[in-house]
Amino acid sequence: MGDRIFGGIGLVVAAFFIWQATQIQLSFISDPFGPKVFPYMIGTVLALASLAIMLRPDAAPKWPEAARLAEIGVAAVVLFAYAYALPIAGFIIATTLAAAYLSWRLGTKPVQALLAGVAISIGIYVVFHLILGLSLARGPLGF
Amino acid sequence: MDSFYALMGGFEIALTFQNLGLAFLGCFLGTIIGALPGLGPSNGVAILIPLAFSLGLDPTSAMILLTSVYYGAMYGGRISSILLNIPGDEPALMTTLDGYPMAKQGRAGEALAISGVASFVGSFFATCGLVFFAPLLVKFALLFQPADYFALYVLAFATLGGVSSTNQAKAAFAAALGLGIAMIGVDGQTGVPRFAFGEVHLYDGIDFLVAIVGLFALSEVFIFLEHRGDGSGEGKEAKMTIGRITPSFEMLKFCTPTMIRSTILGFLAGVLPGAGASLGSFMAYSAEKALVNKNDTFGKGDPRGVAAPEAGNNSAAGGALVPMLALGVPGSGTTAVLLAMLLALNITPGPLLFTKNPDVVWGLTAALFIANFMLLFMNIPLVGLFVRVLLIPPKFLMPIVAMVSFVGIYGISGSTFDLMVMVVFGIMGWGLRKLEIPLVPVIMGILLGNAMEANLRRAMTIDNGDWTQLFHSPLSIGLWTVAVVGFVLPIIFGKAVKMRIQRAKAESDGLSD
Repeated sequence: MGDRIFGGIGLVVAAFFIWQATQIQLSFISDPFGPKVFPYMIGTVLALASLAIMLRPDAAPKWPEAARLAEIGVAAVVLFAYAYALPIAGFIIATTLAAAYLSWRLGTKPVQALLAGVAISIGIYVVFHLILGLSLARGPLGF
Repeated sequence: MDSFYALMGGFEIALTFQNLGLAFLGCFLGTIIGALPGLGPSNGVAILIPLAFSLGLDPTSAMILLTSVYYGAMYGGRISSILLNIPGDEPALMTTLDGYPMAKQGRAGEALAISGVASFVGSFFATCGLVFFAPLLVKFALLFQPADYFALYVLAFATLGGVSSTNQAKAAFAAALGLGIAMIGVDGQTGVPRFAFGEVHLYDGIDFLVAIVGLFALSEVFIFLEHRGDGSGEGKEAKMTIGRITPSFEMLKFCTPTMIRSTILGFLAGVLPGAGASLGSFMAYSAEKALVNKNDTFGKGDPRGVAAPEAGNNSAAGGALVPMLALGVPGSGTTAVLLAMLLALNITPGPLLFTKNPDVVWGLTAALFIANFMLLFMNIPLVGLFVRVLLIPPKFLMPIVAMVSFVGIYGISGSTFDLMVMVVFGIMGWGLRKLEIPLVPVIMGILLGNAMEANLRRAMTIDNGDWTQLFHSPLSIGLWTVAVVGFVLPIIFGKAVKMRIQRAKAESDGLSD
C-alpha cells in the first residue's frame, strides 16, 4: 500500500514541478532550448516513474507504529530548534541539549544522557574549535 | 610511460609531512568508520567533507584525506562482518557469509588477516589500474562532444538504476528527484530564477554538501531512532577469541588465485558507472563460489569466501575512481560524494583535470599507494585496536554523528537556513529509505543536474535545436545503446541477482542462529 500512496504523491509532485516550470520567466537572452525544456523532461520522467511505482508496487514497507513516527517527528523538531537556537544560545549549550536529547531517546538514562550531551559538546568543541580551529556558533557567553 | 613519470611527481607531492599525516589520519578514521555498523564509506566521507573544507586544505590534501577515508572504510567494513555478523557497511555484506562462520570456529584472527591481505591486494592493483586506465580514458574522453556527454550522463543514471536496484522505476524516480532539486536556483545560462519561490536563500540553489550530509548521515540517525530497542540497532558484544592474526603462508597461497580473479572482477564492476563496490563484492563472491566450491565449503567458513568479497570490494572502490576522475561521472555513491568535494573546491573533474590539475590526480594516486601500506599495517597487526571501537553503542555514536554533521555544515556556510535544509533532507532520506528508493541516484542527480542540462543545451545551440543531433555521432549512438541495454536488461535478469544476494544472506542467518 505504501508504494501506491507514494506513487500518487509522486504524481502530484511531478505535476507541481511541471506547473512551476511553466511559470519560469523568460529573459531577453536565450538559447534555442531555453530554461524550461529540461525541467519539463525531468517532470515527465518523474511522472512516468511515479505511475510505474503506483501500478506495480513492491511489498509494503514495515511502517513504525504511531508512537515511533511521533518520536521521529519530535526528533526532527528538536533538530530544527537546534539549528535555530545555535547562533542564539551558542554552540556548547545548544549542542549539549540536542545531543542529550538524542542520546536519551536512543535509550540512555536521563542523567547519563545529560552527561553524554555535555561530553559530546565539549569533546566536539575541543577537537573542532580549539584544535582544528573551525569556527563554531558563538553565543552570548562567548562559547 | 608518461603516467609513470607523472606518478613519480605525484609521490613528491604525497610525501610531504602534511599529506602523509592526512593520509594516516584518513586511514585511521576510515577504518573506524567502516567498522562501525551504521557508518559506511558514503556517509562517513560525507560528514568529513565539511571538515576538510573548513580546515582550508588545498584540493590535493583534501582529496588525500577523504580518499584515504574511503579506502579505509573499505578495509574496516570487514571487521564487524567477521566478528559480529553485522556488515560494517554495505559492500561488506558478502564477507559475513564466510567470515562469521570462521569467527565462530575460533578462527576470527585468521579471517581478519586473510581479508586484510585480500583488501590490500584488491586496492593495490586497483590503484595500479587507475594509473594505467585513467589516462587512456582521458584520451578517449577528449573526443566527447556535448551531445556525447549528455548521453554519458544518461548512461550513468541508467546503469545505476538498472544494475544496482531492484526496482527500476524507483531508481528513475530517485534520479529525476535529484535532477529536479538541481534545477532550483538561478539558471546559469539565462540568469532567470527557477523553482525559488521568491526565497532569496534558494537563488544560489541547494548546496549539494548540505543535501549529501542530510540524506546520508542524518537519515541514519532517524533510522536508529526508529529501531531503538528492537535489538537490530544495539551493539553486540564482540567477545570471541581472535586467535592468531598473521596469515600463514599456505593460507595465502591457497587464496591467491581467488584474490587475483576477484580483483579483476571487482575492478570491472567499479569502473562501470553507477555499479560500485557492493556489486563488486557480490560478483567476486558468486564467481568464486561457482568456480572453486567443490567440497561445498563456501558459507561454512571457507577463507576463500572471505578473500573474494574483500578483494572484490576494495578493487571496485579503486576502479570507481577511474570514471570519476577521468570523466567526472562517479562510479558509486562514495565517489559521488568525492566528486561533490572536488566541485566544492572549484575543481571540475573530467579530461581537463589531467592537464589543468595534474598535481591533484597524481598526488592523490601516489597518496593512495602509500595509504594502502598504512592500511595493511593498521588492519593486520593493529586490528585489535579497531575491534574495541565496535563496543561504542549507537546511543552515544548517533548523537555524535548528528552533531558533527551540524558542525560541518555550519562551519562552511554559517547559515541557519542551510542547517534547516539539511534536517529536511535528513527526514526525506529516512522516508526514501523506508520506501526502498535508492539515495545514490538522488545525490548523482543533484550533483550532475546542471552539467547535464548545460551539455544538452550546448548541443542544441550548436545544432540550432535539432533533436536528432543527439544521436548523430557513432559514439553517442553507442552510449545510448549501452544506456538502454543497461537499464532494460537488468529488469529481466536483475531481479534474480538481487534475490540471490538476499537468499545468500538468509541462508547465512539460518546457519548462525
